Amino acid sequence: MTRKVKLRIWRGDSKNGEFKDVSVDANEGEVVLDVIHRVQGTQMPDLAVRWNCKAGKCGSCSMEINGKPRLACMTRMNSFGDDETITVTPLRAFPVIRDLVTDVSFNYKKAMEVPAFEGPEDLKPGEYRMQQVDVERSQEFRKCIECFLCQDTCHVIRDHEENKKSFAGPRFFIRIAELDMHPLDRLRNRKQKAQEEHGLGMCNITKCCTEVCPEHIKITDNAIIPMKERVVDVKYDPVRWLGSKIRKREGIN
Amino acid sequence: MANNEIHFDRYRFDVVVIGAGGAGLRAAVEARQAGLRVAIICKSLFGKAHTVMAEGGAAAAMGNVNENDGWKVHFRDTMRGGKFLNNWRMAELHAKESPDRIWELETWGALFDRTKDGRISQRNFGGHEYPRLAHVGDRTGLELIRTMQQKIVAMQQKDAKEHGDAEKYLKVFAELTITEIIKDGNKVAGCYGYWRETGNEVLFEAPAVVLATGGIGKSFKITSNSWEGTGDGHALALKAGSALVDMEFVQFHPTGMVWPPSVRGILVTESVRGDGGVLTNSEGKRFMFNYIPEVFKDKYADNEEEADRWYKDQNNNRRPPELLPRDEVARAINAEVKAGRGSEHGGVYLDVSKRLPADEIKRRLPSMWHQFKELADVDITEQPMEVGPTCHYVMGGVKVDPDTTAAYGVEGLFAAGEVAGGMHGSNRLGGNSLSDLLVFGRRAGAGAADYVKKLGGKTPEASDKAIAKAHDHLNAPFTREGNENPYSLHNELQNVTQDLVGIIRTEKELVDALKKLESIRERAGKVKATGGKAFNPGFHLAIDLENMLLVSESIARSALDRQESRGGHTRDDYPKMDPNWRQVNHLTKWSGKSVEVEAQPAKMLPSELLELFEMDELKKYFTEKELAKGGN
Repeated sequence: MTRKVKLRIWRGDSKNGEFKDVSVDANEGEVVLDVIHRVQGTQMPDLAVRWNCKAGKCGSCSMEINGKPRLACMTRMNSFGDDETITVTPLRAFPVIRDLVTDVSFNYKKAMEVPAFEGPEDLKPGEYRMQQVDVERSQEFRKCIECFLCQDTCHVIRDHEENKKSFAGPRFFIRIAELDMHPLDRLRNRKQKAQEEHGLGMCNITKCCTEVCPEHIKITDNAIIPMKERVVDVKYDPVRWLGSKIRKREGIN
Repeated sequence: MANNEIHFDRYRFDVVVIGAGGAGLRAAVEARQAGLRVAIICKSLFGKAHTVMAEGGAAAAMGNVNENDGWKVHFRDTMRGGKFLNNWRMAELHAKESPDRIWELETWGALFDRTKDGRISQRNFGGHEYPRLAHVGDRTGLELIRTMQQKIVAMQQKDAKEHGDAEKYLKVFAELTITEIIKDGNKVAGCYGYWRETGNEVLFEAPAVVLATGGIGKSFKITSNSWEGTGDGHALALKAGSALVDMEFVQFHPTGMVWPPSVRGILVTESVRGDGGVLTNSEGKRFMFNYIPEVFKDKYADNEEEADRWYKDQNNNRRPPELLPRDEVARAINAEVKAGRGSEHGGVYLDVSKRLPADEIKRRLPSMWHQFKELADVDITEQPMEVGPTCHYVMGGVKVDPDTTAAYGVEGLFAAGEVAGGMHGSNRLGGNSLSDLLVFGRRAGAGAADYVKKLGGKTPEASDKAIAKAHDHLNAPFTREGNENPYSLHNELQNVTQDLVGIIRTEKELVDALKKLESIRERAGKVKATGGKAFNPGFHLAIDLENMLLVSESIARSALDRQESRGGHTRDDYPKMDPNWRQVNHLTKWSGKSVEVEAQPAKMLPSELLELFEMDELKKYFTEKELAKGGN
């Protein structure tokens, strides 16, 4: 079943831009990205859109659809009304390159600021032993496909360019949490660093990031809140912090 | 055009790695660890390469789940899966080294699923005798990419600390496409390309280039591949004067989604079958029992009772035929649909809901559950999936030296991962791709580093003439006359390959395909890009199109010449596997005007590897004369 749909697409670059209205065919079962591709193939061959897998696995086709941060490949056309005009715009928190494509290099800079995994020195490759129940917590965060929708929606930086310098954003809070909860990571002060260097304290847990996560990672509940709570603990009780780290290392925790 | 009119950025590195999937990142890590300056070129953003879509796992005979496993068993399975056309040395290195490559990832922070005793868990997969695939649910590829991406960042952090510059020794160039290998005589001098974001041109001067560009799936209409799978590395190698081996072998993964149309081709992981999913036709029959080929009869159960028992007791029962190698399962599904026993939308049914409880399915196959729920309104914990074959992987690729991955015919060119050929013979086993890219990615980095060190200071140079040629070629879609639309031409190309060079082939159709490809090539010379050069998908596709055409022609020509059926090459007019053809590799070269295929003798295994197999089994693949002579 094919029907005509109305799309309002933002076109432009870092300097100027405007909305273009198009009418285009949509077939049964299609997603927004299919329809954008049809616009490209038939009406606007140079329409810039970033995409890779078209299966919700790579996190490339992030954009805002009717104002909401979404993956275009996972947003089905039948989730809109028949006469509804679908507005597609680039991610608001990042500078526009062209049309629907934004410069997301902010995220790669922040990734560079998170200290890497430090494995145990006394274990050789092949000697790591970890229980499934202990790796599962970090595995949840490693599901992240780096679509950066959580970064885009976070109000700490969405309309506050000035906060970008001192705020790593939800994507990197779960990265820090993942390493912090890794049963064999040796680095000791990850939570403190999150608080002091990555702006964890600026988050006031409105859970917007969790809501837009296409992987359904419980960013706020499972990463941010536990880290915030433990930062408070640690601040007042360093012995308890040390103890928990040792237990973690031995796989008891 | 004189060079002073050409504007381009200029970088100098020791090694340029083209491609930032698993193979490319592993190569870059190795070359950097060897002390060299390395550039990583990503066609997309860093961390988005097609490797993220690998689901099932990485095959490595660690023996964590069944201690009978070992490299010899893995080697045997790989050779069987490839119907003995594999480059045996590659299969040997792969089987021996993959456990070390997996364990090494753990030390970089990878978190694989665990066994009860805390080791890396391993799952069953088609063609593998024992549970062998290290995995993270059904998102193993993402774990590999992320781990290596984070390893690169870790190395950059170290460089920043020690040298004051994170990118001095290891730099990632995201959204940059390479369009030409530049040579000095027969040696690599670098490569040329453009930034997607600005359209600005870039020259990389480097004595060694590693191709790690992945696959070719976008040449076909129904494919599991992302937009990047346009055979860039295959085409770059051909045009640089190297050669591709055995391009006729293309893997159609048996289980892609078939409904709704917009998701047609998206992969449904083999883990569904590894974890107990069964295939049925419209009559509700488990049809795979009817499709066990002679060569596999002693390894696969011929009745449901035994097949079901295997899930509990693998040592005393034969495997279910759903776990036959991919080529067999894909052909079987194709035959069922053709015989009118297909599902509503032209596939067959794959059902795991009856084998496992709902929460276990969601735990083991989370992204499959998610994918079907969100894109097809199907709850796989309650309902069967509809699946059918999808173009997934090319076994053919750049002919390389197994130990160093040095590409045939061009000094300083290396290739690893899907773009390289030989390792998988005529058909790849599931799980052998992620391990392949780790094993040979590392070898490519080491091979390139050795080569550069041996060159000493004698670095080849990119001449003004070569730069001008690369510049002209890159700009052709804007400067030439014509009005062909790249999108519609791509569509036509995909129809030709899908219909005429697909899962079942005949001489008549292949000849027809070659004729049509020729006419598309002619028209591709008239493709005109509109708009500017900055982030312009139409312009980009015009360039990709040329690569896809070269690849499609290589496949069709090799397929026409091979008059037998083997692995990922099925000829309706030559339906049998012929041991005489096992002795033949096809070498594809580019004359400057056309794609040419020549036959080359395939090497016999050495005695110590041949002895790993029973004589009865070898008789199915080798001629009597070969066996009488024995191994090399």
